[in-house]
Amino acid sequence: MKPVAFDYVRPTSISEACVLLAGDDGARVIAGGQTLIPLLAMRLARPTRLVDIARIADLAFIRDEGEGVRIGAVTRQSVAERNRIVATKLPLLAKALPWVGHQATRHRGTVGGSIANGDPAGEIPLVAVTLQATITAQDATGSTELAAGEFYLGPMISALPEGAIVTHIRFPVWQQGRTGAGFHEVSARRSDFAFVASAAQVALDADGVCTALSVGIGGAGDTPVRLGAVSETLVGSRLEETEVQEAVVAASANVETVDDLHASAAYRKRVAATLACRAILEARDEAAGAPHAR
Amino acid sequence: MRVELQVNDRTSEVDVEPRCTLLDCLRENLGLEGTHAGCEHGVCGACTILVDGEPARSCLMLAVQADGHELTTIEGLSPGPGELSVLQDAFCETHGLQCGYCTPGMILAAHALLARTPQPTRADIVEAISGNLCRCTGYGQIVEAIALAAERLRSANLKIGET
Amino acid sequence: MGEVASFKYVSRKRRVREDRRFVAGQATYVSDVTPPGTRHAAVLTSPYASARIVKIDAAEALAMPGVHTVLEGRELAAATDPLLIGVDAPLVKRYPLAVGRARYAGEWVAAVVAETRALAEDAREKIRVAYEELPFVLDAEAAYGPESVPVHPKHGSNVLLDRRFVWGEVEAAFAAAPHTLSYRVKWGRSATVPIETFGVVASWDAWREMLDVWASIQMPKFADQIARALRVAANGVRVHQDVDVGGSYGVKRGIKHTVLAGFLSRKLGAPVKLIEDRLENMRGGDMHGPERIFDVELAFDGTGLVQAMRMRALDNVGAYAGRSPLQLGKPVGAIVGPYRIEAVAYHAIAVTSNKTPQEAVRGFGQAPTNYAIETGLDRVAETLGLDRLEVRRRNFIRADEFPYLIPSGTTYDSGDYHAVVAKTVKHVGWDALLAERARLRAAGRLAGIGVASCLEPSGANSSFEPLLNPKNTTTTWMESCRVMVDALGAITLTIHTTSAGQGHETLAATAAGETLDIDPDRIRVVRATSLESLPSNSPVGSRMAIMLGGAAFRAGQKLRDKLLAIAAHRWGMPAAQLHYRNGGVEDPGTGRALEWPDLVLIAHRHYHLMPPDMEPGLAVSHVMQVPTGGSLPSPDGRIQMYPCFSFEFHVVLVSIDPEIGKPYIHRYVVGHDCGTVINPDIVRGMTLGGIAHGLGAALLEEFAFDGEGQLLTQSFMDYLLPSAHEVPEVEIVHHVTPSPHTVFGQKGSGESGYLGAPAAISGAINDAVRPLGIRFEALPIRISAIGDAIARAKGLP
Repeated sequence: MKPVAFDYVRPTSISEACVLLAGDDGARVIAGGQTLIPLLAMRLARPTRLVDIARIADLAFIRDEGEGVRIGAVTRQSVAERNRIVATKLPLLAKALPWVGHQATRHRGTVGGSIANGDPAGEIPLVAVTLQATITAQDATGSTELAAGEFYLGPMISALPEGAIVTHIRFPVWQQGRTGAGFHEVSARRSDFAFVASAAQVALDADGVCTALSVGIGGAGDTPVRLGAVSETLVGSRLEETEVQEAVVAASANVETVDDLHASAAYRKRVAATLACRAILEARDEAAGAPHAR
Repeated sequence: MRVELQVNDRTSEVDVEPRCTLLDCLRENLGLEGTHAGCEHGVCGACTILVDGEPARSCLMLAVQADGHELTTIEGLSPGPGELSVLQDAFCETHGLQCGYCTPGMILAAHALLARTPQPTRADIVEAISGNLCRCTGYGQIVEAIALAAERLRSANLKIGET
Repeated sequence: MGEVASFKYVSRKRRVREDRRFVAGQATYVSDVTPPGTRHAAVLTSPYASARIVKIDAAEALAMPGVHTVLEGRELAAATDPLLIGVDAPLVKRYPLAVGRARYAGEWVAAVVAETRALAEDAREKIRVAYEELPFVLDAEAAYGPESVPVHPKHGSNVLLDRRFVWGEVEAAFAAAPHTLSYRVKWGRSATVPIETFGVVASWDAWREMLDVWASIQMPKFADQIARALRVAANGVRVHQDVDVGGSYGVKRGIKHTVLAGFLSRKLGAPVKLIEDRLENMRGGDMHGPERIFDVELAFDGTGLVQAMRMRALDNVGAYAGRSPLQLGKPVGAIVGPYRIEAVAYHAIAVTSNKTPQEAVRGFGQAPTNYAIETGLDRVAETLGLDRLEVRRRNFIRADEFPYLIPSGTTYDSGDYHAVVAKTVKHVGWDALLAERARLRAAGRLAGIGVASCLEPSGANSSFEPLLNPKNTTTTWMESCRVMVDALGAITLTIHTTSAGQGHETLAATAAGETLDIDPDRIRVVRATSLESLPSNSPVGSRMAIMLGGAAFRAGQKLRDKLLAIAAHRWGMPAAQLHYRNGGVEDPGTGRALEWPDLVLIAHRHYHLMPPDMEPGLAVSHVMQVPTGGSLPSPDGRIQMYPCFSFEFHVVLVSIDPEIGKPYIHRYVVGHDCGTVINPDIVRGMTLGGIAHGLGAALLEEFAFDGEGQLLTQSFMDYLLPSAHEVPEVEIVHHVTPSPHTVFGQKGSGESGYLGAPAAISGAINDAVRPLGIRFEALPIRISAIGDAIARAKGLP
């Protein structure tokens, strides 16, 4: 399983990288390589040139910007996993990161790589969609900001323009109330691609009433999806289990799910709803400061 | 392309195609055949080495990406010819292997764990080796080897890598 | 049985000496062998399940720099003989490369040799093959039917094997029985999938007319088969058996790979290296395992005693026959499991289909058969409302009934199944286990206990070969060992096979050391090439503890006898009056002694002091036939098969979150009796590893095909091997019932765990879901299937 032959260049700046991509249709970006290299090995990816952005210093950072946390695209997943800002300001991402691949792949794989790859079962894209993150991409003509909710169009298909590089991702930080996060995933083996996953974040006021809620489902369909209707229904409630279940089931009724060797469409649909409920309740309990009930 | 690689505290310059994986480079250009190819698509972990002390799959790195890092292969763990480190010896004591094919990667993953967590729980050990597939042992005696090594290092008041 | 003997070295903790080189990364696998001038091969595979190969155009590939040759099937078939198959089907011809027709997606159609593997893959892409798609058959039941398209038209049908055996009064038993039941279970196509793929380096020396072969191999009579296919002298193939094999557990038979590489080497005049990559291995390495449908009927009485069994086993072999149809024959030697079933009708069918061919897999068909039998015992209990353990106890062969002759003609050597079960149940704390299951159920989970009691036939008296193919009259199943003491008194033992982590060097040294009363660490073990080897049959059929242990013991005995004879002659006394200990000989009457160095000196240098006609030096060897072997089947298909029968009893507690459907194993206990254990760490490793294999087969692994005959699980992303997270901690409860047939009472244990784990895990899941009226009757049992079945039972979407 040897790749096709290609050139390799290592630009030192983002703009240099963009120029290289613009100048060659067969050029592809490599950062961590944890997704790209298997594709190269299987000759499913056949670039003429790899543009290695992993060491561009301007792309590796984690910044607390008050109302959001901005993460540079080539920040290694393991760095984010151990980062204090992420742990305190982005608890949902902190919960999701240990589920991404294995330790060995997290040492090389990058946050931006996962975002750009857009695997429907990917944990980081799911969190981005759930938290309504903003993805910044740059190409030779300039920079664009894309809402995560509009970024994923199909399995591994994104709105990233041809020749553009994801440069950073901004995750909003909820300012109000007490915030809690919940993350659940089902896979055949721990660390496999998820059959279905759910990410949820909840904010409660001092009386335990929900002031904000966001829940997303991954792995079930062709893209990660945020169940906006659930937010609309449940904000203002106390998030009792039955009402959460009703809201989730109603909102996921029209979610299209995938049928494959590992899981049926019916399984994914049903369990997506189960996990979404569990994620919301876990987030609720964390927000309330109580130990998780289930 | 010429690349300067630092492997087991030794610097070498190799001339490889960009498409050459670090795994193939270690084996074929540097003659370090203790790192093994099991799947070449990043699942089995037989190719595991340490990159700056952390486990990484060498089949998922290109040689041309590996300059500027400290790379450790299984050959770098033996204190000298014919000598075993405490961790290697613990694998022999509990028979934490059979065919040996996954073993170098397994030992390196364990080495990184013990560097980070000198007193790991069983759950820590299982998590640390969960990216290394073994078809022979069912993992039981591997977990025991790592726990034994941790205990021996503790009672000798040594850190991993000091032996 | 009597007292277990006490040994000095056998059964004691001893480090496995081979481990040293592996933990240091200093082993030599085939991939590490690169003679000067080595060229690298890659294979081009068929994209279709069935197609005529119209034209192969390699011009562009051949023009690429660094490319040495492109070989296609016709050229290879003209120069070689077809590969041997185990059943009598001469028109099912098989060559390493497809000839005129591709019969499965993944079949090797052409081979490219280049300076590097990467260049070979580059060139491979440039080979243009024109195919004409043909009809195909994938399903075993369809393939068995007369309407199906034969994979080998000249053979006339897809039936490779169709044999019926009737042992005992089956019809009468069914007619008279108060109860009968019938069921179907399916064993999904999985395999042992070692982490190292198969690889071979072949180097033809035109001057010596010798083909040197280094391979990751586990294959009896490997050199013979290569020589025959390549039409060279049988002693023109030299297999280097000191290559470390990175796991095999049955599958690495490698004949087609080696014939191909050998031919290419001869053609090019250079060594050729063919290392399967993982994609080549999964799809076209022909290393799949049984894919079997069992239809079983049981006749039993109101107390749960099973009087008769009818079993039809239909196996989907794939496009060619290797060892695989014979995997229907081996279970004949333990067809009733550990039970006193007196009448059995067995119908064994092997069919071809346009799928990847199978090879031998750990247990050689016994694990699927045990799954089928154990399902039946559970069903009997369920039907009568009896406890599953109690039904098994009632049916077990009793300790005082050994040696026990089963209806198909094999005698089980020894066993005490009741004792093993009792010991295991006590260790488990049965009431506490039941309480734990109840607690889990009360907490809202589905929870179940699975039990499986199974035999592990060991010793590989592979008389299923003549049983299933009367034209094959092989009854010799041998192993050998040579022990040499040099002039300085150092001991070297040679073994004559490859190993894949079973610790054979340590095993042989321990066996020889025990009989020589010398520390095994003083015995160096080396491997001979095939040319210098005494007859050997490879580590298959869980045989090496019995056979290599036996051969090493006997060789040690011969050496000991020689030393006694030297001393006896020196002192002019009968050897029977002398006492051998620690390598020396003592005269108890006078206390005088000749120690090891003295005896070595006499043997090597003092011919004038030697007994008359004794060979100088101290070199002995032993070639041993398998115990109880040497007979052909009777006309009604009865045969003594393997000599020794180990026993295992699994207990598993599983729980399932009903909304998720993922099974979690809370407790796994196995009672294991493999007779005398030569090396405890080795045996433990085999059992734990076997259980992990079995867990994979039960829950995770399948070579799944789509409707077009394309393999869906082509890589490790989709073929799921258990990681350390999936395999629970296993408690092993030991028991020793020695075998009367072996030198230390040892039985085999190379297949332990795998033979019973799938049955036990499946049983546990079925126990968990039974309150919902659900039953799983096929392996693997996937999470999604469990979740969907639960939802259906509860009327959920």
